[in-house]
Amino acid sequence: MEIYVFDDTFEGFLTLIFDWYNRKPGSITVSSAKHYHPQAFSQTYFIVTDPEKAMRVATGLRKRLSKEAWRAVYCTFLSERLEAYEHLFGFAVYVFSDVSQAESNYGNEHVLFVHQMARKVEREKHHLEAFVRFQQTQDGMYYAPIEPKYNVLPLIAGHFRGRYADQSWVIYDHVRKYGLYYDLQRLQLITLDFQRSHNFDTPARISEDHHEEMYQLLWKDYFKSANIPARRNLKLHVRNLPRRFWKYLTEKQVLD
Amino acid sequence: MNFNRASEKLQILADAAKYDVSCASSGGNRKNTNKGLGDSKANGICHSFTEDGRCVSLLKILLTNHCIYDCAFCVSRKSNDIQRAAFTVEEVVELTINFYRRNYIEGLFLSSGIFKNADYTMERLLRIVKKLRLEERFNGYIHLKTIPGASEELIQEAGLYADRMSINLEMPTEAGLKTVAPEKSHEDVKKPLHFVNQHIQAYNSDRKLILSTPKFVPAGQSTQMVVGATPESDLEIMATADQFYKAYNLKRVYYSGYVPIRQDSLLPSIGTPPPMIRENRLYQTDWLMRFYGFRVNEILDDTHPNLDPEIDPKLSWALRNLHLFPIDINTADYQLILRVPGIGVGSAKKIVAARQFGKLRTYQLQNLGIAYNRAKYFVRCADSPFASKDWQASQIRHFILSSSQNKRQSPQQLTLF
Ligand code: SF4
Repeated sequence: MEIYVFDDTFEGFLTLIFDWYNRKPGSITVSSAKHYHPQAFSQTYFIVTDPEKAMRVATGLRKRLSKEAWRAVYCTFLSERLEAYEHLFGFAVYVFSDVSQAESNYGNEHVLFVHQMARKVEREKHHLEAFVRFQQTQDGMYYAPIEPKYNVLPLIAGHFRGRYADQSWVIYDHVRKYGLYYDLQRLQLITLDFQRSHNFDTPARISEDHHEEMYQLLWKDYFKSANIPARRNLKLHVRNLPRRFWKYLTEKQVLD
Repeated sequence: MNFNRASEKLQILADAAKYDVSCASSGGNRKNTNKGLGDSKANGICHSFTEDGRCVSLLKILLTNHCIYDCAFCVSRKSNDIQRAAFTVEEVVELTINFYRRNYIEGLFLSSGIFKNADYTMERLLRIVKKLRLEERFNGYIHLKTIPGASEELIQEAGLYADRMSINLEMPTEAGLKTVAPEKSHEDVKKPLHFVNQHIQAYNSDRKLILSTPKFVPAGQSTQMVVGATPESDLEIMATADQFYKAYNLKRVYYSGYVPIRQDSLLPSIGTPPPMIRENRLYQTDWLMRFYGFRVNEILDDTHPNLDPEIDPKLSWALRNLHLFPIDINTADYQLILRVPGIGVGSAKKIVAARQFGKLRTYQLQNLGIAYNRAKYFVRCADSPFASKDWQASQIRHFILSSSQNKRQSPQQLTLF
């Protein structure tokens, strides 16, 4: 079976679908460059990402899908899971086969997978909107490091932009090495270079004149006082506040 | 702001406010249109969870824990020998803004003991919300407690800046309330609820005519009842909730399991664990009323005045109504599918959507994310054997209980039926 490899971008993935229809090779295996391992008995076809092809596939899908289902496709893609790419491919082929209302046939394995994966990604997005913690740095900017399970930065951008319109901020994904920077006017993507020049690699230097530390301590005070010991339930606590987020949660930083 | 003093006040005044369970920041819809700080979306966000597992979404504090009243169940009551404190208007504003900027909270939940008199206290709350909205251009969520007995002008003005207002019923019945707080009555609660509700309706109909009409308490009103401090039955509690939902269009009723805070002959003694399972069952019942089309009397009546602690109210209802089951997943009404134990709103919708593509078989139903081990006694699929076993209610109950025994979840979690 031929392996189709795209360049990890959404556009690349859409181009892959286009090329498959063009070349009609029968069944294939889908992989992104990051997941790809050459295999002895399979041919590999490397996709050359082409914005025009991608756009045509996107338009075709959007015509056949509701807004929600199109978003589910994008969210599933952002999961960056190998099996997600496989299912998305199967989903697209199913949708293009012109079954009516294809997206709600939850009895179909690809439809169900896309639906469920999208929910997981949306949950991660929601978690991030909740658990991002900004620290004010010396230059007055608010900085938040994150390590999300899925690539949700594109999904949370609008949320933080709408919320923090009058302060400049950076949210930096330390797993994927890129971030968002809002400068009171525009929202920009920033990468490692930017991060170095701004010294974000070492934890942002906390501002003293902005009382950053004081507000962190007050928040910890509040967190402690809001607890009702008679109702203590650590299992529930950990389920609601998964441990993987603690690293960056101000209130979970124990004082030395 | 002086850190040490602020820290001390925060500890005292957050500690005193924590027994108020309403924490949701939902229902707000205040867009950031002034390039100011923050906006509120219809679905609130829990920014953290305390070690007891409750959601932290708002900075929930009292303006002061000084109080001229002496309600037996309350930490702030006059006769209680505790440290007193009061925030200044500026302190509350600064804390709110700075916590919000760091994404710790969705907004402010401000309540207060009554110092001097109701109006004096209410006037201060009003100054805080005005400063937040007008000077700081804050668009985050604000939940304000109405001070019982405050004058209508103050309440009305506060309603222009708050997203939600609430006033607590405290005990589920008038009789219960009288035993622990003789100075209070449900009437004192009904009056402001009625007043605010009338204004919400009036502003809403004005808005239909003139779009520039300001929003008044856009996220609506809520109330809270303390459960387990006084001897009311679950039926009495839910009947009160139902009545208040209907009479005042409440957005939420909260049920707060009583945590004994002092030795008092009128109240459960210190060390009595808070009735967490009961509280959970009440929330489930509330949920069934609001989203599943159940009426109170279907779940609770004079022969069953209390909820079953062992099984959830939906299962309990189904077991008492076995004659309605099993239903055919491929033909039954949506409303009936909703009533199947183990099937929630989301999966009921998916079932109705998916069955248009062909009859659903058991494995497909299982894949839809329902609690099949629970639902299987109440449904039939395309491939269900023709003669299914005729279990007795007590048998089904036993099967479900023993299969969930091992993975028994903490009683506090709201399971989704
Ligand atoms: S009036 Fe309110 S604050 Fe004062 S004692 Fe009663 S419940 Fe507590």
